Amino acid sequence: MSAEQGQRQIRCLVAKVGLDGHDRGAHVIARALRDAGFEVIYSGLHRSPDEVVQAAVQEDVDVLGISILSGAHNTLVPKITDGLAEYGAREDTLVLVGGIIPDDDKDRLREAGVAEIFGPGASMDEMVEYIRANAPERR
Amino acid sequence: MTSGDADSVSESAADLDPLIADLLDGNHRALARTITKIENRSPGYRDLVSQLHAHTGDADVIGITGSPGAGKSTLVDKLAATYREAGLTVGVIAIDPASPFTGGAVLGDRIRMASNVGDMDVFFRSMSARGTLGGLSTATTDAVKALDAFGKDKVIVETVGAGQNEVDIVRTADTVVVLVPPGSGDDVQMLKAGILEIADLFVVNKADLDGADRTVSELREMLQLRDGEVEVDGHHGFAEPSVGASDESARERGSAGSDGAAAVGDADDVEPWDPPIVETVADRGEGIDDLIAAMDDHRTYLVESGQLAATARTRYAEEIRTLLREDTRELLAAEIDARGGLAEHVDAVVRRETDPYAVAEELLEPLADCVAERRERD
Repeated sequence: MSAEQGQRQIRCLVAKVGLDGHDRGAHVIARALRDAGFEVIYSGLHRSPDEVVQAAVQEDVDVLGISILSGAHNTLVPKITDGLAEYGAREDTLVLVGGIIPDDDKDRLREAGVAEIFGPGASMDEMVEYIRANAPERR
Repeated sequence: MTSGDADSVSESAADLDPLIADLLDGNHRALARTITKIENRSPGYRDLVSQLHAHTGDADVIGITGSPGAGKSTLVDKLAATYREAGLTVGVIAIDPASPFTGGAVLGDRIRMASNVGDMDVFFRSMSARGTLGGLSTATTDAVKALDAFGKDKVIVETVGAGQNEVDIVRTADTVVVLVPPGSGDDVQMLKAGILEIADLFVVNKADLDGADRTVSELREMLQLRDGEVEVDGHHGFAEPSVGASDESARERGSAGSDGAAAVGDADDVEPWDPPIVETVADRGEGIDDLIAAMDDHRTYLVESGQLAATARTRYAEEIRTLLREDTRELLAAEIDARGGLAEHVDAVVRRETDPYAVAEELLEPLADCVAERRERD
């Protein structure tokens, strides 16, 4: 971000959790983030919340994007954010959720620590801009 | 951890960076953050790395390289799982290319790490070849140090083996494994072009595919060709230490004869290591035990021949040189800035009043004088 950290790269983990085999969206997003100049780690399909946490902690990502289309977000997302908290990583990881999230659930996810939710129709530029603006400043 | 380590810990505990203290305590997040700082070249990363150094030297560093799709990540996954069964801890650094245009990258090696799910004692880190500033190999070496200091028994560096930079990275490893997928003469051609020299071990992965046998025999032939050329010069095979002069002539003849073996070897003065060829089917876990046995053999060889210690010395010397180059460059840049930048000199060069060589000499002169003066005084 600042000039003296010339080589600072925003790192993102794009994760698919649970029994959800639809990863076209996640692929598109991974590519868009790459083209925006970020480093993107893609988790692959069918990851458990623990795995996502492990990956986010070890890779020390700035942004964790969870793609979820199965409807199980109310169970899976809090498990992930709790897991991040266990490693002290919840504060400085920007957690985003993409997928089909009913309006009624959004508040609950935000309470669980999700910063922003991108539904169908959200544009790539919007997402990239959001990440640029909100990626946590590291100490 | 040796007793020496323990001493240095207690001595410097007070000045230790909290991040490093956490890392040495086994905090995963601290390890991850340290690697990030190393990668970003964040302010102060040098202090971190220098504090790490006292705690390094205990890990076996393994380099794994091969063309895309050869099965590196899958093999690394199985290796890590096997080491874990043996009660060893594992660190992995997987390097993927970055776009030279945007700097972005998709780091996909993690997908293959299915066998080590939920096992925090396998620390897997993806790195992109950020390239542009040429610090890739230094960053990787430093990240290996972080994993070593953290207490990992085995550190695996995985990278696509193409280009000078990557060969350098692999050279930070004690044991270098080169993966060759079966069925293409082209890959053997690639080996000829440079990777042959860095391999301590060849793995023909996907050995259940057609053409695997042929690849194995082609590789074997190539290695024999290499050995054969040395043999012409009187057996320098076992036990008999080679004489420097004859070794030179053997290599000269090698380059005149077949370009395949031209650049072979670093003229080891001990009996040479004969790279074995191991066949594996990584996704089914076949041949992994053989591979581990072969790597252990190589490790034993390195220790017994004294090469491990010798290489470590060379590596440190090289590291110091690299750092010095970086620092001198910065020193010069600061000096040039302080004297008003290069623009005027460039103008003068354009007007043909002077030339780049003269300018370089002029700019370096005060530094050279300074150094000479100091040296005389000492």
